Amino acid sequence: MSLFVFDPCDKCEQMMQPFLDRVLTDVEITEAQVHLDGCEYCRKRYRFEVEFRRFVRQAVAEPMPPELKEKLRALRTPL
Amino acid sequence: MNTAATVEPVSDTSESPARQVAEEARDRVRFEEEALALSDQVYGVARRLVGSREEAEDLVQETYARAFRSWRSFQPGTNLRAWLFRILTNLNIDRGRKVQRTPDMQPLEESDYFLYNKLEESTTDGTPDERRVVDRLSQNDAVTALADLPHDFRDVVLLVDLADFTYSDAAQILDIPIGTVMSRLHRGRRMLKRTLADSAVEER
Repeated sequence: MSLFVFDPCDKCEQMMQPFLDRVLTDVEITEAQVHLDGCEYCRKRYRFEVEFRRFVRQAVAEPMPPELKEKLRALRTPL
Repeated sequence: MNTAATVEPVSDTSESPARQVAEEARDRVRFEEEALALSDQVYGVARRLVGSREEAEDLVQETYARAFRSWRSFQPGTNLRAWLFRILTNLNIDRGRKVQRTPDMQPLEESDYFLYNKLEESTTDGTPDERRVVDRLSQNDAVTALADLPHDFRDVVLLVDLADFTYSDAAQILDIPIGTVMSRLHRGRRMLKRTLADSAVEER
């Protein structure tokens, strides 16, 4: 592969996680958005990554047992 | 002029030990309330750091006991959430985590998209809606896949992907360089996807 030719979808893929993590520069964000707007292949994968993050977050979430909250309150220094 | 006999509140009360004690008590109560308001998030991460609900409860109680004890070492105006999670992750390491299996040295998947590609290619009913593709993943598999990550990778994934810390906060909490946060995050997420891709295909 030539050094001067790159596949824009490869580039988009490399930027995907940093894009979702909001750590790209403004220029890079624009670049990624322009590519996503014009590329159905990457857009599908982008939507999937967004859904995937949501899925993992919900799947591993477990609410705190209410009794624990009481126990923590009891650990406060008495006034 | 002798002011000792006046009942007027005097201007130098800030010097009085009683007032200092009262101010400190007020600061401490505020600190404790702010810390308690974060307990759901602390528990959420603690639950995934350890294997059982009981252990998670113990870990969270230890975390708050230590936080309340050492509240004076917290610098007001700095990030209380990061400060609490630092106690949490340090205590978790101190508890003596189980000896790690050989760290995952399998090569990473070449593509960040491989989970989607794999799920897509194994669908029978034409082009799937990418929003529905995740429905093929099971909740239990996600919990197991996360639990199977090597500790160092899981710590970073939990702090960034579950607790929404920035790379730089995660680096400070874990006391590792930011570059290490990024590489562990990258690798940890890939490992998670690989495990999920494997289990999704097996279950079909």
